Amino acid sequence: MDCSSVVVCDLLRSGGMDPGLAMFIALLLGVVLVTTIPLVTVIFLIWVERKVAARIQDRLGPNRVGPFGLLQTFADMIKLITKENITPANADRVVYNFAPLLSVVSVVLIWAVIPFTPYHIGTDLEIGALYIVAVASLGTLAIMTAGWASNNKYALLGAFRVVAQLVSYEVPLVFALLVPIMLAGSMGMQDIVYAQAGMWFFFMVPLSAVLLFIASHAETGRGPFDLIEAESEIIAGFNIEYSGMKFGMFFAAEFIHVFTNAVLMAVFFFGGWWGPGALDAPLLALLYLGLKSAVIYFIYLWVRNTFPRVRIDQLLDLNWKFFVPLSIVNVLVVAFVLKILQELQIAVPLNASTNFLATIPMTVVLLLVNVAMTYALIAWLRNRGAKARQVDLANQHEDIVVAGAAGD
Amino acid sequence: MNVLNEWAFVGIFIAIAWVFPALPIIIARFFGPKKPNAIKLMTYESGVETVGDTWVQFKIQYYLYGLVFLIFDVEMVFLFPWAVAYNELNFFAFGAGLLFIFLLTDALIYAWRKNALEWS
Amino acid sequence: MIEINAQSIAFAILAVLTLGGGLGVVLNRNLFRGAIWLMVSLFGVAGIFVLLSAPFLAAVQVLVYIGAIAILITFAVMLTRSMTNLGERFVRRTAGIVVAVLLFFFILLGTILPVWGVDGTRYDDVSAPAENVATTRELGVALVDGNQFVLPFEVASLLLTAAMIGAIVIAREDEE
Repeated sequence: MDCSSVVVCDLLRSGGMDPGLAMFIALLLGVVLVTTIPLVTVIFLIWVERKVAARIQDRLGPNRVGPFGLLQTFADMIKLITKENITPANADRVVYNFAPLLSVVSVVLIWAVIPFTPYHIGTDLEIGALYIVAVASLGTLAIMTAGWASNNKYALLGAFRVVAQLVSYEVPLVFALLVPIMLAGSMGMQDIVYAQAGMWFFFMVPLSAVLLFIASHAETGRGPFDLIEAESEIIAGFNIEYSGMKFGMFFAAEFIHVFTNAVLMAVFFFGGWWGPGALDAPLLALLYLGLKSAVIYFIYLWVRNTFPRVRIDQLLDLNWKFFVPLSIVNVLVVAFVLKILQELQIAVPLNASTNFLATIPMTVVLLLVNVAMTYALIAWLRNRGAKARQVDLANQHEDIVVAGAAGD
Repeated sequence: MNVLNEWAFVGIFIAIAWVFPALPIIIARFFGPKKPNAIKLMTYESGVETVGDTWVQFKIQYYLYGLVFLIFDVEMVFLFPWAVAYNELNFFAFGAGLLFIFLLTDALIYAWRKNALEWS
Repeated sequence: MIEINAQSIAFAILAVLTLGGGLGVVLNRNLFRGAIWLMVSLFGVAGIFVLLSAPFLAAVQVLVYIGAIAILITFAVMLTRSMTNLGERFVRRTAGIVVAVLLFFFILLGTILPVWGVDGTRYDDVSAPAENVATTRELGVALVDGNQFVLPFEVASLLLTAAMIGAIVIAREDEE
């Protein structure tokens, strides 16, 4: 990033400003712009979320404030601002106030490396994907500190659950992320998008995409993985003692996180801003990214509002005994097949100039391997499920016999 | 210098990012009422008076999950450069990666067998 | 003389974060808060890695040390009884001060000697940033190259496995 390549910087410098200072101001403006995007989007997304949830549950949702209830979120914001901020007497005040800030910051920081268009990205770090994983791991810390600082047993219990959950699901998340990195041969976000010029990674490695989807969904702590705030068990978990705007910040962080995940899914597996004419019209590119993210965001909402909550032991078993081994095997299988394809000259290097037709052979092979893996997986699961049901049935039968004998 | 400029953006980002969540909280301070009393400030545990200390010892199970995660976290760090360079590597490199992951899968199997991954 | 530019200002801020965080860890009587100060300190170290043109290590620092080890430390803190109000105080003040001063002196010696040289000649190019900074791709190639670091790479895996087995054995000792 050079001063002459940034419009604002160039403008300021021509006005007689010190180049260093001009660069700094240009950077500052860029930062403010990039930060505003998720924060403004979230206001709209809260309305979308409530509307979709309502429709899925056969309700109307917000429809009083403004047309279609569009201004509902603003009403909610005014409400939150005029609420009293209660800090419990026993809480650790400094840490208590620090936690909601950290939870928003950890999510917003991800936006520094998200490519909006071919020419607009906060900063295209060489280690973009790793940066995302690293920054997102700070969110766990925010929840941990919130639970601890509240000095409340439910909050602490909630915080422990989070750490067990978020930390566990980070493993399949990263293993799933390794696959697009391997295909693109880079961790840079723009490189990953450019690598999908010929073909979206979703069509090559759908299993990784599904793994990333599930793991990132668990990372946000929403249903069916919403043990963090299981209302019926631990009231609201880590944020039980938070009120007013501080609670609002945890809330906002969660929404921004879900939307960020949708954008990341779009970038890693659905070609990011790629689309016809995207290279010439940045606005069109932004629209493509927005549309893809919106569809994925809708699926996140759909999942959230459809599946029942799992138990904590089921959640952890599912991760450590299913997703982790599966994601490891997935990485190895994709790596193996990819290497063979490269040795046989079937695989083409994936970059901005890759032709759609050239990618078809490798896509077909990778897709077939993925389908075979998925099929084997489902067959195995079905088998296991059938066995488990048989055992259950046998036990039930025994219970009935025993109960009958006792009754006599 | 080029690389550092990219990171200057991140540095400023980290500094600025705190302002956005802090702003609404500070604004709320001016608009919200402030009438604390002893009962309001009590720890809320379903309306029952809190018993004993909150910061007590907890289930060791959480710690075990943390340990297993830590090992995998370090493993993933090694695999990132491996994945980035993968297209330029030969079959030997695939073998090296395979062995690396295989050795760690051993650890997972050990943890599994020893019931370290069991919740109760 | 140290030049005042963006880099040196960033270094100053990061140094304050690192050292201040370290002081917070040592001086805090509340273990959990100490753990949080540790994260601040580690974050400063990550920033210094960036200044040294090692962004990969910086990300690793945040991911592993703050994201995983710090969390493990907070767990360990939770396993300790009466973690928030430690009653005991360290009494041997004089001995402590002597050890601290000696340590400080040796560390200072270790850091300054390579820069200034034993005979007083100063290596001026120390502060100049390296021209060829290795990329992550080069790191990946080096890690699995038979002539470079493939053995340490595999040994690291073995070490991690051993660490995990050891940890599980120790953590579950009381149950068997």
